[in-house]
Amino acid sequence: MTPDTSTTLGAPPETAPTDRRAGRRRGRAATRRRRVVLTYIGLTVAAAAAVFPLLFMIFSSFKPDRQIFADLGSLRAFLPVGDLTIDNYVGVFNRVPAAQFLTNSIIVTVCIVLLGLIVNSMIGFAISRMRWKGKNVVLSLVLATLMVPFETIAVPLVFWVAKMPSIQWVVDGFLVKQGMLNTYQVQILPYVANALAIFLFAQHFGDIPKEIDEAARVDGAGWFTIYRRIIVPLSGPTFATVAIIMMLPAWNSYLWPLMVVQEESLRPVSVGMQYFFQLNPVWGQIMAYGTLITLPMLILFIIFQRSFVQSLAGTAVKG
Amino acid sequence: MSSPALILLLLFMGIPILLTFGLSFTNTRLISPNPPAFIGLDNFVRAFAHDPTFIRSLLNTAFFAVVVVPCQSLLALALAVLVNQKVTGVTVFRTMIFMPVVTSMVVVSILWSFFYEDDGLFNSVLNTLTGGGWTAVAWLNDPGTAMPAIIILSVWQGVGLHMIIWLSGLQGIDPALYEAADLDGVNGWQRFRYVTWPGLHSTMVFILVTITIAALGLFVQVDVMTSGGPQDATSTLVYHAVRKGYREQDMGYGSAISLIFFLAVLTISLIQRRLTRDKD
Repeated sequence: MTPDTSTTLGAPPETAPTDRRAGRRRGRAATRRRRVVLTYIGLTVAAAAAVFPLLFMIFSSFKPDRQIFADLGSLRAFLPVGDLTIDNYVGVFNRVPAAQFLTNSIIVTVCIVLLGLIVNSMIGFAISRMRWKGKNVVLSLVLATLMVPFETIAVPLVFWVAKMPSIQWVVDGFLVKQGMLNTYQVQILPYVANALAIFLFAQHFGDIPKEIDEAARVDGAGWFTIYRRIIVPLSGPTFATVAIIMMLPAWNSYLWPLMVVQEESLRPVSVGMQYFFQLNPVWGQIMAYGTLITLPMLILFIIFQRSFVQSLAGTAVKG
Repeated sequence: MSSPALILLLLFMGIPILLTFGLSFTNTRLISPNPPAFIGLDNFVRAFAHDPTFIRSLLNTAFFAVVVVPCQSLLALALAVLVNQKVTGVTVFRTMIFMPVVTSMVVVSILWSFFYEDDGLFNSVLNTLTGGGWTAVAWLNDPGTAMPAIIILSVWQGVGLHMIIWLSGLQGIDPALYEAADLDGVNGWQRFRYVTWPGLHSTMVFILVTITIAALGLFVQVDVMTSGGPQDATSTLVYHAVRKGYREQDMGYGSAISLIFFLAVLTISLIQRRLTRDKD
C-alpha cells in the first residue's frame, strides 16, 4: 500500500538474476508480514474506539458512583473491577416504571415488524407478479418517498393524528374515539408501510420464476393462495432482512413517541431514558438503564450478526 | 393485495406531505379556539427576516453536514478497506466496529454527555495524560466546542454502518480486474485509484446521499444533550421545527420550517445525484 512508484517503475538493479529473484521474494514476504502487523494495529485501534463507550457503560452500571469517578482516569474505567453490585438496576426499577417502558417498546416493535412483513410483502407481491393499471406509477411514488426524511413530516403529522380517529378496547368490545395521541396505534401505524421494505420484497419476488404462478393458476389457485403458499415460503431470507431493517428504528425511535405520547404508561424505552436522565439520578443508574435497553439489540445482533450485516449492507447495493 | 400498504402510505406519508405544504401558509396552532387563517408567505418572511434562531439553526445544520458527510464517509471507507483484509479473526473486529450502530442514539447521546462533563471521562483521561496539568473543559457548555462534540459522537455512532456498505461495495468488485491489474504490475495506490474506486461508484453515490439526508435531519443528539444551546450553538432545522411547531404549538410556523428543511434536502440530493452522474 505504498504510494512509492519507484519499486515497480525504476531501473532494474545491477545484480545477478537469481540473487535478484530470491531477494525480491524475501522482500515480498517481509512486506506482507509488515502489512499484516499494520492491519492488526489498525483493527485494534478501530475496534477499541468503537467499543470503549459500550464497555464503560456496561461495567459502570455495576459500580457505585464513587467508584465510577475514581476509575475515570485509568483503564479500570473499562474493566469490571472493584466492588460490583446490582444496586443501580434496583434503583432504576424503583424510580421509574422501566419494566413498563420495556414492555411498551416490545409491543410496539413486534407489531411494527409483524404488520410490516405482511403489508409490505403483499404490495411487493402485487408489484412484482401481478398486472394492474397504475402499477408503475405506484412503484415510483413509493420509491420517491425514500427521499422524504421522516423528520420533514413529523410536525404536521402530529397535527394530523390528533384529528384521526382511534380504536379503544373496553371491557365489552371497542369504541372509536377522536384523536390518536397517547395510544399504541399512533406509535405503530406510521412505521408499518415502509418504502425500502416494499422495494426489497418486490425485487426479490421478481426474481422467482413466473412459470410457478401459471402452473398454480392452471391448478385453480387464486393470487392470495399463490402469495401465501408459494412465494412466502420461498422467501425466508428476504423476510429476515426486512424484519431487521424495520426492527432497529422501531426499537430506537425517539422523535415520534416524544411528541405523540405524554402518558407515562405508554412511553417507549428511548423516551423513557431521556425522561429518566432529566430526573438527575446518579450516573450509575443511568448506565444501568442504558445497558438494559441496549443489551437486547446487542445480543440479537451478535446472534444474527451475519444477517444483520448483510441486510443493512444489501439495502445499499440494491438501492 | 396492495391496498393496506397504500392506505397506510396515503394516511401517514401522502397526506402529511400535503399538510406540510398547506399548513406552512397558515397560522394554525396545535390547540386553538380560533380557526386557522391563510397568511400567505408570512411564515417564510418571519423565518428569514425576523428569526435569528432559525438562521442560526440553518447554519448549524449546514456546518454539521459539511463536516460529517466527508469525515464519516472517508473514515468508513478506510475502515472498510481495513476490515476487507484477509487476516485471521477479522470478522470479530468487524462485529465490534459495527456495535455502535445497533445502539440507540438516545443512549449514545446520554453516555457521551457523561464523557463530556467537566468531571467526566474525557477530562479525566486528558488529566491523566498530561500528568495532572489539564484544566477541565465543559465541552457541551461552551458554544465553541458543543457542536464539534456532537459531531464526534455522531460519526462514532454512524461510521460502522457505512463501513459495512462500503465493504459490500468492495466485495462486489470483480476479482478478475485485480488479477489483470497485478499482471500489469501496479502498486497499491494505483490499484485503489484505477480499480477499486471506479468499482465503488454506485456505492459512493448511495453513501453520499444517505449520509447527507441523515446529517441534515440532526435532532436526537441535540434534544438530549444540549436542547439547542448554549446560545443556539447546536440548534438545528429539525430541532427548531419541533420547538416551534410542537413545543410552542405554533403548527403553521413549524410546518414552514419543515418545508424549508424538506426543500433543502431535496435540492441537495438532486445536486449530488447530478454531480455524481456527470463523472461517470
